[in-house]
Amino acid sequence: MTTPTMAPQTPTTAAPQRSRARGNDGGRIGLRANLRHTGALARRNAVQIKQHPELMMDSLMIPIVFTLLFVYVFGGAMGGGSPESASENRDAYTNYLVPGIMAMMSLTMAMSVGTGINEDSRKGIMDRFRAMPIARASVLVAKCLVEMCRLLLSLVVLVIVGFLVGMDIEGRWMELGAAMGLTLFFGTSLLWVFMLMGLTMRTAQAVQGVSFLVTTPLQFGSSVFVPTDTMPAWMETFTKFNPLTHVADANRALTMGTGEVANPVMWAVIWSVGIIAVIMPLAIVRFRKRT
Amino acid sequence: MMRQDTSGHGRNAVEVRGLVKHFGDTKAVDGVHLNVREGTVMGVLGPNGAGKTTLVRMLCTLQLPDSGTATVAGYDVARQPRPLRRRIGLTGQYASVDERLSGFENLYMIGRLLDFSRSGARQRAYEMLERFSLTDAASKPIMKYSGGMRRRLDLAASMMGNPEVLFLDEPTTGLDPRTRQEVWDHTQQIVAEGNTVLLTTQYMEEAEYLADELTVIDHGKVIAEGRIADLKARVGQRMLVIRPAVPQHLQHLVGVLTHYGLAGTVADEAQGVATVPIVSDEQLSGIVRVLGYYNYPIADIATHLPSLDEVFLALTGQKTDSQDAGPPGSGPQGAGSGYQEAVA
Ligand SMILES: Nc1ncnc2c1ncn2[C@@H]1O[C@H](COP(=O)(O)OP(=O)(O)O)[C@@H](O)[C@H]1O
Ligand SMILES: [Mg+2]
Repeated sequence: MTTPTMAPQTPTTAAPQRSRARGNDGGRIGLRANLRHTGALARRNAVQIKQHPELMMDSLMIPIVFTLLFVYVFGGAMGGGSPESASENRDAYTNYLVPGIMAMMSLTMAMSVGTGINEDSRKGIMDRFRAMPIARASVLVAKCLVEMCRLLLSLVVLVIVGFLVGMDIEGRWMELGAAMGLTLFFGTSLLWVFMLMGLTMRTAQAVQGVSFLVTTPLQFGSSVFVPTDTMPAWMETFTKFNPLTHVADANRALTMGTGEVANPVMWAVIWSVGIIAVIMPLAIVRFRKRT
Repeated sequence: MMRQDTSGHGRNAVEVRGLVKHFGDTKAVDGVHLNVREGTVMGVLGPNGAGKTTLVRMLCTLQLPDSGTATVAGYDVARQPRPLRRRIGLTGQYASVDERLSGFENLYMIGRLLDFSRSGARQRAYEMLERFSLTDAASKPIMKYSGGMRRRLDLAASMMGNPEVLFLDEPTTGLDPRTRQEVWDHTQQIVAEGNTVLLTTQYMEEAEYLADELTVIDHGKVIAEGRIADLKARVGQRMLVIRPAVPQHLQHLVGVLTHYGLAGTVADEAQGVATVPIVSDEQLSGIVRVLGYYNYPIADIATHLPSLDEVFLALTGQKTDSQDAGPPGSGPQGAGSGYQEAVA
């Protein structure tokens, strides 16, 4: 019968080291395994949405509400036209507005991921994931995939509403597809910005507050809703550096067939690639280190 | 309760050497040593804030230690986290399942993350649901689960990968007694299959029910460790609380009982009671005889299981007592027979 011993204790001589001839199992995680893990985690998000359809409310309602409000409130008055030409003005504005709202949606949809990931990362389920033999980045990549699907859905809804209220792309379907692809790419880069915010800040409320403060000037200080040439010089300068302007201008050049295409597309791509290259690794490192 | 150490030939599944984790000025874990032999259950007993969760998180690679080393299933927590993670299961203090998913979906997802094939994951998920009596609730979202069902699903999730070492952080804190028994039954089944388990708890009763060995920690430090039976020999399997009708008798009563070999007897002046750790039924009848001999008027006399506070008091109190009471190590039989001689 052994006797209980009292602390402080000197460490007993370590038990003979087990020989572990286990090779490198559980070391590096292969690409196929990574894809499987990402798939399983993406499925988790998808099942969540299936069981709680209200999680999709924003991606369905925001494009409808914004399009209807802006077209029917401001559309008639655009171009300084008289009440007689209101209907024409409205149609012209619809063609201008929908590509702009596409750009806005990339920001709006990306914003929600910040609060989501902040709340998620404080729940026990994240500890379970982090204690499992999977690459931690796959949790974020899965989230990113699902959010891209949500953004794509909201863009489709937006375009449908656009057509219903009279948008005319004169058969430029390929260009419309390109504009959606470009918006999706830019939106994906923004997702990582908000993921980093969500992982860095302490509370979901803080994330929401800061997101609102940052996104509102970006949305309105751009060519999303109105052309920038009537703005004062300082504001116009701001809009030129605002990536939303580039995305909105690129979308417009593509779907309306007017204006220069290459330049805004190039800037939109440069912004997206730049944000992904810098922010994505930061977010992943942040997530790995988070305790 | 105590199981034979047939498996593993006494190798250590968990080895912790001088583990330290500070949060600012808080020394959450402050130089902990412990070993868990393969196929045994180690209970880590300590009050709220003792550092139990921090210890478990470090062992599960969720937090890096400031200093010291630890290996789990032979892998170092800091240097070999990936293969280590493949060999552990964790049921955290707070439910670690996805509230929005059903029980099946939760387990299926974990199966896929553990590299089961689709059909393999499905099969294993149903197996686990069956085993933890959750088959009927398989497709219900966790939000609609009761507290006990959640805990069981948590256990099922941790067992999906058939881990070599299972960590349970306060598995029944906050559960009502009936639900606690449910969780205990399932945990005991896991334990009976010869799994290595490290379990943290605030309840002596729980440690006694499930663990082979105990490490008592407080303020991040190990206060005592050893086999449950040995610790109980020092703490008492039960506590006898005696309230003399005349408060002035209290000190005398304690003196008498101590004199008869009950070194753990403590007077609680504020409550007006004497508390005696009881190791055997013979001791109890012996004490009754002593009380009868001195003919104290007794207002109240009752036994109960030792609380965490009493365990702490007995363990830390005994440290000084045992020095004047001769060499420790007489064991429960020794203590029992010694007492019988005294009262005979
Ligand atoms: N992430 C953290 N940051 C700061 N202090 C912490 C953190 N985690 C735990 N602590 C502190 O460390 C101590 C031990 O906590 P914990 O390990 O949770 O104890 P137990 O699980 O035994 O209740 C407590 O004082 C707690 O406040
Ligand atoms: Mg705890």
